[in-house]
Parts: sequence; C-alpha cells; structure tokens
Amino acid sequence: MIRKTFFLAFKYLILSLGASIMVLPFLWMASTAVKPPTEVLSWPPEFLPRHITLENFHTVFATAPFLRFFFNSVAMATLCTLSVLLTSAIAGYVFAKFRFPGRNALFILVLATAMVPFETYMIPLYISMVKLSLVNTFIGLIAPYIIMSYGIFFMRQNVLASIPDEIIDASRIDGASEWSIFFRVIFPMLKGSVGALSIFAFMQTWAAFIWPLIITSSRELWTMELGLGMFQYRFTVDLGPINAGSMLSIVPILGVFLLMRRHIIKGITLTGLKG
Amino acid sequence: MNRMELQKRIFAYSAVIPVVLIFAFLRVVPIFQNFLYSFFNSTVVDPMQEFIGIENYKELFKDNLFLLSLKNTTLFALFVTVFSVGLALLVAVLLATKTALGGLFETLYFLPVITPMVPVAVVWKWIYDPTYGLLNYCLSLFGIKPLGWLVYPDLAIWAIIIMSVWKVIGYNMIIFLVGIRDIPDSYIEAATIDGGNKFQVFRFIILPLLRPILLFVTIISTINAYNVFTQVFIMTSGPQGAPGNAVRTLVFDIYENAFRYFKTGYAASEAVVLFLIVLLLTLVQLRTGGKER
Repeated sequence: MIRKTFFLAFKYLILSLGASIMVLPFLWMASTAVKPPTEVLSWPPEFLPRHITLENFHTVFATAPFLRFFFNSVAMATLCTLSVLLTSAIAGYVFAKFRFPGRNALFILVLATAMVPFETYMIPLYISMVKLSLVNTFIGLIAPYIIMSYGIFFMRQNVLASIPDEIIDASRIDGASEWSIFFRVIFPMLKGSVGALSIFAFMQTWAAFIWPLIITSSRELWTMELGLGMFQYRFTVDLGPINAGSMLSIVPILGVFLLMRRHIIKGITLTGLKG
Repeated sequence: MNRMELQKRIFAYSAVIPVVLIFAFLRVVPIFQNFLYSFFNSTVVDPMQEFIGIENYKELFKDNLFLLSLKNTTLFALFVTVFSVGLALLVAVLLATKTALGGLFETLYFLPVITPMVPVAVVWKWIYDPTYGLLNYCLSLFGIKPLGWLVYPDLAIWAIIIMSVWKVIGYNMIIFLVGIRDIPDSYIEAATIDGGNKFQVFRFIILPLLRPILLFVTIISTINAYNVFTQVFIMTSGPQGAPGNAVRTLVFDIYENAFRYFKTGYAASEAVVLFLIVLLLTLVQLRTGGKER
C-alpha cells in the first residue's frame, strides 16, 4: 500500500514537472506581453507583472500592419482549407469507389508525393512561380497548400470505411447524376472526417513559414507568422511588443484547440497526418 | 459498356483529372525538376543555363558550409529524436491508465504541438536571453553562471534541440498513448498475476508490443527533424541570435544559396541530398514496418 502511494506520488510529481515546463513558455510570453517596458528587462526577472498594461499591443499595431497580417493568414488558411477539403473528398471518393484504367497508378503517384518534404522541391516550384509571374501575389502564396496528399488518402480510407456501395447504387437507380450523388449524398456523410481534416489543414496552413518567406516581398502579403518573424528580426530589443505579437498569433489557434481538443487529438492520432 | 458504366467512368475521370493535374504541377513536376536542375549551372530566371554534370555535387562535398550544415542537421535530428521519443514514451506510460487528471495532462503536453513555430521560437529566444533570460535566472539559483545560450556556437545547437524536443514531445506522446491503450488489459493483468512488477510489465509486455509504433514515431521524428528551418531562422537571426554559421542546418543552407545568393542549381543539389536522406529513412520505415505486421 505504501509502495503504491509512493509510486503514485512519484508519477504525479514527474508529470507535473513536465507539464509545467510545457506551459511555462506560454505563461512567460503572456506575462511579458502585458508588462510595461521598465519591468520587462528587470533582474531578477519577475514572473508576474506588477502593472498590467496593453501598451505593447498598441506598439505592435503602430509599428507593423498586424491587422493586415492577421487578415492575410485568415484568408489564406480558410481558402486552402476549403480547397483541401473539396479536392480530398472528391479524389478520395473516386479512388475508393470507382474502377477505371490508371486508377492505382494515379493513387500511388498522389500518395508517394506525401513522403517528399516540401523543402526538397521548393526551388523549382519558386521558379515556376517566377515564370507565371505569381511571385509576390496572393495566388502564389497559397498555391502549395491547396492540395494535400494525406488528405486524399485519409478521405479514401473514410469513404471505404463508412459508405456502403448500396447507398450509391440506390441513388443511381433514383436517377441522380454522379455529381449530385457526391455533393448531396456522399459529402454530408463524411462530416466527421471533414471536420478532422479541416482543422488539420487550417493549422498547417496557418503555421506555414518558409514558403511565405521566399514567395512574398511586400508587407501587404505577409502572414501572421512571417510578419512576426520579420518584426522580431528588426525590433529584437523591444521584447514587450514582440511577445504581444506572439500572443496575437497564438490566441486563435489555442482557442480552436481548447474548444475542439478531443476532435483534434483524435484526428491526428487516427491518421498520423503529417505534411 | 452500358450507359451507366460510361457515365461512371466520365465522372471518375472528370473528378480526378483536375486534382491530379494540380498535383502534377505543384508536386510531381517540381520534384523531378529539382533533380534536373541539380545538374545545371543555373539562375532563377534561367534554371538550365549550362549543363555541368555532377559538378554541383563535387563542389558540395568540398563546401565547408554544406558539410557543417549536414553535420549540424544530423546531430540535431539524432538528439531531438532520441530525447523526444524517450521522454514521450515515459509520459505516455505514466498517462496510460486513464485518471481524473489524465485529460488535463494530455492537453498541456499537446499545447506546443498545435502552436505555430514562430511565436514559440520568439518566446524561447527570450527565455535564452544571456542577460535577462529566464533560463539563466533559473540556473543562477543553482549557482550556475549566466550562459550565452544562442551566442556560443557549441551551446546554440543544444538550445535549439531543447526547444525542438519541447515542441514535439506531445505529438509522439499521443501516438504512444494510442498504442499502449490498444494493448489488451488481459496481457498486462496476466503478467501482473505472474508476479511481474511495473518495470517488468513495461520491458516484457508493453515495449515489444509497441515496437512497430516506436519505429514509426522514430522515423517520422527523424524525417521532420532533418527539415528543421523555422526555429533556426528565428532564433539565430537578429541582434541576440547566434553568429552566422553556428547552427546552420541543411534547409537553412539551401535557403541561403537559392534565395540569397541565387545559386539555384547548387541549392537544388543540396535538396537532392536531403531528398535521399528522407527517402532512405522512409524505405527503412516501409521495410521494417511491413515485416512487423
């Protein structure tokens, strides 16, 4: 009994220690963001601010167009998510339920690209964008994120697992066209997996960094992540505003996560989605 | 073929072909072009200016910056994987039996995973600050003198490793948790009845059954670590960052050569090296993963 209690105490000690290391940087960021400049650089550092101020947030908006960055990120992530959902659902459905010459070859082609990291082919992609005059345009910015190999794979698995052939055949006998079967019957049935995939696609696009960095040159196109990166590069000494900017970029994602925690964790574990 | 079959086929092609074409343009073609460009002396405007065979590759292995990047990235990948897999396994084992606080712990450990890299790199850079940083303050409580975490080259790579382990532990933990919870309780009960202690149950029941997942997580972590860029870019740039080449990584070197010095062909050959490393790791995963099942 004593041994068991001792083990339990030890277990919670380790878990709590680890958890505090996980959370500490977020709390430190929040604390720095609301400290007046005089308190930010103090030694010894004080964990809690003595005076709470929103001054840093004013500075952020005054020195860089963060509202614009935020809008760009929202627009980019939303459009890409919609596109990933639509292309993944259509292709996943067709790869799962239709037989046609070339099907396996095309599916393997799509799947194989999932294994290849973006960084290994971003140079030719950039050159294509130069040729199409898409450098420093919104289309060029979002292009790489409008499709996702794993999305197609994931949707195919879900169609195979949850949509019986009988439903499709019944709709055909009722005289529905193939497109309307997809949009009216199949797509609504995929609600759960569409949810998981959309959260994942949104977060992945929101966090994009290297592509926005190389494809954009004017501030009007910068995303939240890139804007923040550039902002900290140029104003490193102003720690208060930098942490305030970081808070702004984290809050929407953390909000979604805390609201839909179960969904997100489940989506990630079920699929091992990456890339 | 009857009418319905024909309609089905028309639908299948008209639905899949646009998607496949986008894939071809955005993924497949660039992947092949990258190989092609690596054999050329090239610029952004004219990627195939002059065919030079394997000259780029020859130069690569004489290029100290590239070799340094390769070394740094390999060290980085090795240590991030070892620590993040090891610690995640520990946390997952401790969290395996569902308890009241289990959900809370899962959430907390998972927070860094879903947070974008830039803001967390920004705050870690501040934590590592040599004069006012939180880390040096904590260490000073134990009598350790302040260290220039991101300033000394030997230390900077460790600073980035620690931060990256922190970032990915939660992902590995969640995958392990699923794996451990899938192990039938009866196995563990049987082992306990036979007198096995907790460590023996872990060593002889959980660990062997978890092997395929362990392998999967290890390979995925290594591949992701080889692509490290954002945190290096953020933490080593600007006044408080590490000096130029201290934590140069492969993708950083590719980025500089292609987009700062416009040596696109040369950078493409570096990207091929990265591609081959990732391919090798993927093949190991497919090979051994297949055998386990």
